[in-house]
Amino acid sequence: METFLGIELSTWWFAIVGAVFTGYAILDGFDLGAGAIHLLFKKEESRRIALNAIGPVWDGNEVWLVIGGGALFAGFPDVYATIFSAFYIPFMLFLVLLILRAISIEFRSKEPMRWWRQMWDVLYSVSSALIGFLLGVVLGNLIIGLPIDSHYEYTGHFLQLLNPYALLTGATTLSLFAMHGSIYLVMKTEKRLYTKLSLMVHDTSRVFVVFYMLLTIVTLVYYPHMANTIKRYPFLIAVPVITVFNTINTRRLLELGKYLAAFFSSALTVALLLITFAMNLYPHIVRSNINPLYSLTVHNAASSSRSLTIMLIIAAIGVPIIAVYTSFVFWTFKGKVKLDENSY
Amino acid sequence: MDLELLSRIQFAFTVAFHYIYPPLSIGLGVVLVGFEGLYLKTKNPQYAQLARFWIKIFALIFGIGVATGIVMEFEFGTNWATYSRFVGDIFGSALAAEGIFAFALESGFLGVLLFGWNKVSPTMHFISALLVTLGSMFSAVWIVVANSWQQTPAGYHLVGHDLAVRAEITDFWAMVFNPSSVDRLLHVWVGAFLAGSFLVLSVHAYYIYKNKYVEISKKAFKVALAVATVSALLQLLLGHHSAKGVAVNQPAKLAAFEGHYDSLAAADMYLVGYVNNKTEQVSGIKIPGGLSFLVDGNFSSPIKGLRYFKPEDRPTAVNFVFQTYHFMVAIGLLLIALTLYASYLLWRKKLFQQKWLMLVFAFAVLLPELANQLGWYSAEVGRQPWVVYGLLRTSDALSKAVKQNEVLFSLILFTVLYVLLFTLFIYMLNKKIKHGLDDFAIVADENPTTKRDNPIMHS
Ligand code: HDD
Ligand code: HEM
Ligand code: HEM
Repeated sequence: METFLGIELSTWWFAIVGAVFTGYAILDGFDLGAGAIHLLFKKEESRRIALNAIGPVWDGNEVWLVIGGGALFAGFPDVYATIFSAFYIPFMLFLVLLILRAISIEFRSKEPMRWWRQMWDVLYSVSSALIGFLLGVVLGNLIIGLPIDSHYEYTGHFLQLLNPYALLTGATTLSLFAMHGSIYLVMKTEKRLYTKLSLMVHDTSRVFVVFYMLLTIVTLVYYPHMANTIKRYPFLIAVPVITVFNTINTRRLLELGKYLAAFFSSALTVALLLITFAMNLYPHIVRSNINPLYSLTVHNAASSSRSLTIMLIIAAIGVPIIAVYTSFVFWTFKGKVKLDENSY
Repeated sequence: MDLELLSRIQFAFTVAFHYIYPPLSIGLGVVLVGFEGLYLKTKNPQYAQLARFWIKIFALIFGIGVATGIVMEFEFGTNWATYSRFVGDIFGSALAAEGIFAFALESGFLGVLLFGWNKVSPTMHFISALLVTLGSMFSAVWIVVANSWQQTPAGYHLVGHDLAVRAEITDFWAMVFNPSSVDRLLHVWVGAFLAGSFLVLSVHAYYIYKNKYVEISKKAFKVALAVATVSALLQLLLGHHSAKGVAVNQPAKLAAFEGHYDSLAAADMYLVGYVNNKTEQVSGIKIPGGLSFLVDGNFSSPIKGLRYFKPEDRPTAVNFVFQTYHFMVAIGLLLIALTLYASYLLWRKKLFQQKWLMLVFAFAVLLPELANQLGWYSAEVGRQPWVVYGLLRTSDALSKAVKQNEVLFSLILFTVLYVLLFTLFIYMLNKKIKHGLDDFAIVADENPTTKRDNPIMHS
């Protein structure tokens, strides 16, 4: 494997794929989270404002999932093939949920009937919550490892994927998104909804802290391999330590009412948790719990050096461009949401 | 039903459903750029009104296109894992480029296009329309490149053996410009322009027919007719060029297009016909030696027929390929006739009096949509039994970890969901069309001090 700046290309791609999915979790995380708490807003106007707060950006956020899928396919075709065929049923449900969510956002405000709007609101909220939850279930299973055979094929059953630990990671992810989304919404709203949300952010952030502590303890007790990398490179303990301080800081910023800073802080939490996950998984991507030799790693699952180089060039050209115009779009829609004739 | 058949049905169903929307998005985007550009140039508020009306419809179509597209992206992994392992090294870079260059562009600026009327200047709004349209055209580039590589592989070598064999890239540009990608990309683009422009034609023809919004509809009709006429003529040339490519690169597919069985003989071209897959007989109205002529310029040139290939290497659903292909071509010719005739009447200033013709146009939107579908069916089913032409068979390409019941389950799930989605789509589209253009009219700016504001916002 060729190297770039002294690091193997496949490791670069591990980092890139990780970074893209992190971007996805941060961006779609807030709109999924906003969706998950949607039913807590009772007034029609509040719901519309909440929906329009994510209106112009949720679709762009979701593209990060598409890019992540593409980057995974490109960088590690075997992982793409193994994971998606292993998680066949959860993934199909995930796709169905994504579609249902998209059409709920699209159609809810198109008709005035109460039952119509209530129906789409419920669908929107439930699908947003379940999507976040399922993403967490996938992460949990990647931590535990999967029954992968010598051909890198999954040999388990789909119900195995819904084990207690994965359910816990699912719930933790959901609580993280709910916190992240509520902070986003409080930034974008005013008046009554703002008041309501400024109380709600304390609850969502507390719930997250509880799950976060629980998950940390359970992981260290049952899956100590998730600390292997830290044992090998002790300075990396900094990452979880910073996560803890950052979480405390989020709570502090919320107390102070500094919502923009709190939003960046909760985005940082998302990133740090995923970094902790990824660095302890590395060099594995999918661990086999049948035989460690069958695991998919950055070494045996990567595309050829040539392909990785080409894509590195593509990414190097494309990503800065995306960053520029994504900022432009967010800038265009900065400030509090105002409903107008173009709104959902 | 076995796993292979179920997976094929699911993939074909989901991709065909997806492909209802992208051509409309791309084509409508082009017309929208036209409307917004004309507005900037003429300052005639009717063009802004048209743009605003059509952007609402664009949003609806685009939204469903995105939602159904995400399914496609992951279906390679879920249902065709072996295929994904085989092509990942090559295919991945095209898919990654698609995400980075195309999808991010279109989805990013879509927000500005839909919600930005009051936030950006008319010029910036026009640029957003342009970028969204370019983004959707780019996305066609990469997906069609990937698909074309699968039809005519190039720029790769094979590594590994037996079950673990896979294609690795050796030459990126040879992969991108594989023998069929340019031909097919142009054909797909123009097919999309036809779909979008005919949608606009259809709605405004309907209004003219009903005597509603007549003046503004005439304007819209002219813009769309220009796009449609040029595209229809181009499409014949591009399609012909594609067919010549198929003759060189995928001779078994070409033979299936015309139901040509004799191994090395002059080949006929059918206008209409029927292929009996069992007896290998074709009946219908034909131009003797027509195919030989089109491919080679000579009525008696020998063309490889299906019997030239080993039975396991040729498509089995020959009649299906034959029919879909012939219908596409027939529709192509019909579109040329229709657009040329309408343009002629427009020139003679008689077009909009022809109520019957307006009625024809109101329904004609179905023709390019149908041709787009049929084109893909003939290209994809004609490629069988290969998923990667000459390298990987469809039957070897499946996911080994996935069970038959699981695919049956997901297929039922998608069927139910897509029926619902399609019903909603038609309902909403119909509602918007019935509702009309009034809401989008521009009232003159009463308060000239708000200069920063886009005049379009005052509705
Ligand atoms: C001719 C062009 C074309 C073709 C052949 C396809 N698509 Fe498509 N696709 C588009 C043109 C397009 C498009 C125009 O870019 C979208 C965006 C809006 C729309 O209606 O379609 C789209 C949306 C779209 C999205 C959502 C992107 C987003 O979030 O913005 C994905 C992931 C895919 N597609 C993936 C696929 C895959 C895997 C295909 C093949 C099996 C496929 N598309 C066939
Ligand atoms: C959007 C337009 C497309 C349509 C309507 C379409 C149509 C079809 C159909 C009808 C089949 C089933 C063939 C059969 O079972 O005999 C098929 C299969 C397939 N197509 Fe396409 N296709 C499209 C685009 C693409 C693209 C862009 C790709 C890849 C980049 C692709 C890759 C495949 C694969 C992997 C299969 C599965 C294997 C097979 O059954 O042949 N398709 N497609
Ligand atoms: C006018 C006469 C036409 C001819 C001679 C023609 C020819 C062809 C040929 C030979 C192919 C197969 C290419 C391949 O397998 O590599 C094809 C595919 C296709 N056609 Fe046409 N076509 C015509 C009209 C149309 C029209 C009017 C549309 C749509 C509005 C259309 C849309 C498509 C699509 C979407 C495909 C699949 C993608 C591809 O393979 O390029 N065609 N056409």
